Amino acid sequence: MNLPIYKKHFLLLSVLLILLFFVNISLGSVAIPFQDIFSVLVGGNSSKESWEIIILNFRIPKAITAILVGSGLSVCGLLMQTLFRNPLAGPFVLGISSGASLGVALLLIGSSLFGGVLLSETFTHWTLPIAASLGAFLVLSAVIITANSVRNTMSILIIGLMFGSFASAIISVLSYFSEATKLQQFLFWSFGSLGNLSWNELLVLGVFYVIAMCGIFPILKSLNSLLLGENYAKSLGISIQKSRNIILVITSLLTGIITAFSGPIAFVGLAVPHLARMFFTTSNHKILVPASAIIGAIVLLICDSIAQLPTSDYTLPINAITSIFGAPVVIWLLIRKKKLFV
Amino acid sequence: MQQQETQHILVTEDLSIGYSSKKTIKIVAEKIQLQLKKGTFVSLLGKNGIGKSTLLRTLSNVQKPLQGNIYINQKNVKQFNSNQLATCISLVLTERLPESQLSVFELVALGRQPYTNWVDHLTTFDIEKINTAMELTEITHLASQYYYELSDGQFQRVLIARALAQDTSLIILDEPTAHLDLHHTLQIFRVLKKLVTETSKTILISTHEVNLAIKFSDEIALMNENSFYKDTSDKLIENNLFDSLFLDEMIHFDKNLRQFIIK
Repeated sequence: MNLPIYKKHFLLLSVLLILLFFVNISLGSVAIPFQDIFSVLVGGNSSKESWEIIILNFRIPKAITAILVGSGLSVCGLLMQTLFRNPLAGPFVLGISSGASLGVALLLIGSSLFGGVLLSETFTHWTLPIAASLGAFLVLSAVIITANSVRNTMSILIIGLMFGSFASAIISVLSYFSEATKLQQFLFWSFGSLGNLSWNELLVLGVFYVIAMCGIFPILKSLNSLLLGENYAKSLGISIQKSRNIILVITSLLTGIITAFSGPIAFVGLAVPHLARMFFTTSNHKILVPASAIIGAIVLLICDSIAQLPTSDYTLPINAITSIFGAPVVIWLLIRKKKLFV
Repeated sequence: MQQQETQHILVTEDLSIGYSSKKTIKIVAEKIQLQLKKGTFVSLLGKNGIGKSTLLRTLSNVQKPLQGNIYINQKNVKQFNSNQLATCISLVLTERLPESQLSVFELVALGRQPYTNWVDHLTTFDIEKINTAMELTEITHLASQYYYELSDGQFQRVLIARALAQDTSLIILDEPTAHLDLHHTLQIFRVLKKLVTETSKTILISTHEVNLAIKFSDEIALMNENSFYKDTSDKLIENNLFDSLFLDEMIHFDKNLRQFIIK
């Protein structure tokens, strides 16, 4: 019915996304003229070889990471909000990020504490992501196993929160006994970073991203009928158990892998689905899923561009930027709109 | 006998309803024999907490029966998969919907889900069904509004339209007039009656509107602690069965006025 209007919305967002992608690439601690950036992007050479390396091996992977992370977290947040019919749910309500943090904390702090079973000197680029993935996977398995023995979907929300607090508590204990340098390392990881991914790691992230996104297609219908509540959805022929499990697996897989590579990035997953609903004024998931993905990518590209602190040599932690700039924006939007939807 | 069997859309056989957990079983009602004829409007009456909602939820397979069988079109419910069942029974429940930005059209369109493809594409046939459902319930003018903007009476008709769009031969409604004033309650009953006569659907509702139930429905089911009667209102009145509904000395059913009076 309203398709033509939405086409305009999507066109606008896509243009904005492409624009921001270029802006993001052109910003950084090394100033590179725009024509050089453009010529590298279309496969040519720049006037300095070092610029080419910076653009191809650092800035482009980072911008793509921002897009994957932003859209992935936003879509997961949307799935969680719909599954729990709770506007305050986000991708991390299942305790996934705490699980990932626990994995990293055990690796960084625990290894020194328990006498170097894992030698921290032999860190490769992959060690942190693997530790984080294992931690996320642990919590994910625990949540899904318990989820299948409770009938009430809302209980899963509480169970996820409990697993999250449990993991956080263990992290606190570990931190209390750890050395200052290890603690600092852990703290830096928890600030989040989009710039740590090489092309190989990006490929891994990309594969998981595509698998998880494909998983949404079979549950697209049930997402819409879940808007009526579980009993109506059931009366429309939807298998609640099946849809619930698919949603949990998609979310855990995607947020787990994202947290593993880029640290726990706050706020985006919770807020972007609300931005999407406000911009598109619909709750139809055929519109909301792609809308959240695009807006999420845009938001994280903006946040990352701000984090660069253009014209300075410093880079701020992305996790702080998302909340500092994001939270007031969402509060302002909500005060204007006055109503919060699922 | 065979002829009569096929006229029934829903038949229960020694149905026990209630709740079971690992340790305890709570039986709400036992040995319910209910037959719903095609194209009839049946009202389920009973006092609060007697198990009307439990019965309706069990009949619509939202919850499992403790014992006994339910047959829809002579086929045991257990043999249906969830999608097949969704094309036989549609529901209007009392529970509140989560706050969302669904428009009235989209909400009614969700009734077509059992028939749509995996991306929920609406064919022209689907849209025709949706429009007919909205016309019958007189909500066409509300189509592009968000459902949270509607009054209770309008919203109830939207829910009925959604059930209607599901194109099932049986529609089950749990207290569709619970929060409505007399005018809108009457409107709902009229709409339901119209659906039965114009589309020959079978409608089963639970309600506390005894007077309207007697006036509009073809048959009435009375649910009491130990008994379950279903008959036309005339027969039930003739046999003084309405008095068994409320065991209270102050409430009395007047046969001539065909309604309850308070002494």
